[in-house]
Amino acid sequence: MTLCFTVDGNDFLRAGEASAVVKRTLKQLGLESSLVRKIAIAMYEAEMNMVLHANGGNIKVTLSDTYLTIQMMDTGPGIKDIDLAMQEGYSTANQKIRELGFGAGMGLPNMKRYSDELKIKTVVGVGTEVLLGFKL
Amino acid sequence: MTVEELTKQLNLTCMGGKKGLGKEVTGVYIGDLLSLVMARSKEGDLWLTVQGHINTLAVAALVNMPAILLVEGILPTDEMIQKAEEEAIVLLTTHKTAYEMACALNKWL
Ligand SMILES: Nc1ncnc2c1ncn2[C@@H]1O[C@H](COP(=O)(O)OP(=O)(O)OP(=O)(O)O)[C@@H](O)[C@H]1O
Ligand SMILES: [Mg+2]
Repeated sequence: MTLCFTVDGNDFLRAGEASAVVKRTLKQLGLESSLVRKIAIAMYEAEMNMVLHANGGNIKVTLSDTYLTIQMMDTGPGIKDIDLAMQEGYSTANQKIRELGFGAGMGLPNMKRYSDELKIKTVVGVGTEVLLGFKL
Repeated sequence: MTVEELTKQLNLTCMGGKKGLGKEVTGVYIGDLLSLVMARSKEGDLWLTVQGHINTLAVAALVNMPAILLVEGILPTDEMIQKAEEEAIVLLTTHKTAYEMACALNKWL
């Protein structure tokens, strides 16, 4: 099964909807609740990063019997230093975003912690591709 | 203890998501940084925060929290109330601080 989503970079109110749909779908398919929770958190972090840092993008979710892959592509500014970005507490979020509770610099660490596979390809000025993988 | 029982015992105001009043509360998490909440909170936690906007509700839904308690007189946005109804997550408010509420909750949980 494959699901595709377009994430709007300007619509802050609807941000996170793709993750909510995937969560609902996986629950309906009968996946274990703690696994669904892990997947939902990791995907939400990646989806919010696309909204907050990259002006939106596209998501492709591919589900087989044994593995779930979430591919997230954006054409945002890219990430200059991945090792730095992966550190807990590192964030370039502006004041406005921080007031809403984002910008703890915990998104990428959460994605790593809750997934079985995290791959990031990024080119400054071109965009970022994040791949999340989960064993089912 | 159910959300409904806690709401009564602690004299909280329910602003939305009444369909979820029968859900069980098994713990408490206090925090205003969404990613930290996702990292540290547990399923079944009542979430005390000052973030009264729709993204808070989206996070509560993702991590399976039964209710959000907005402290210090913070009021939810209309979008947040609407989403609480959709997700059946109870939206509570109080004028007390998170510390005062935590002390009071300690007696019941
Ligand atoms: N898709 C992206 N495009 C461009 N930069 C990104 C992207 N994702 C992450 N970053 C950069 O990496 C930093 C760290 O990301 P991370 O998700 O860990 O924290 P955050 O989004 O700043 O805060 P939080 O996720 O805790 O709300 C961001 O502040 C941003 O500079
Ligand atoms: Mg983030």
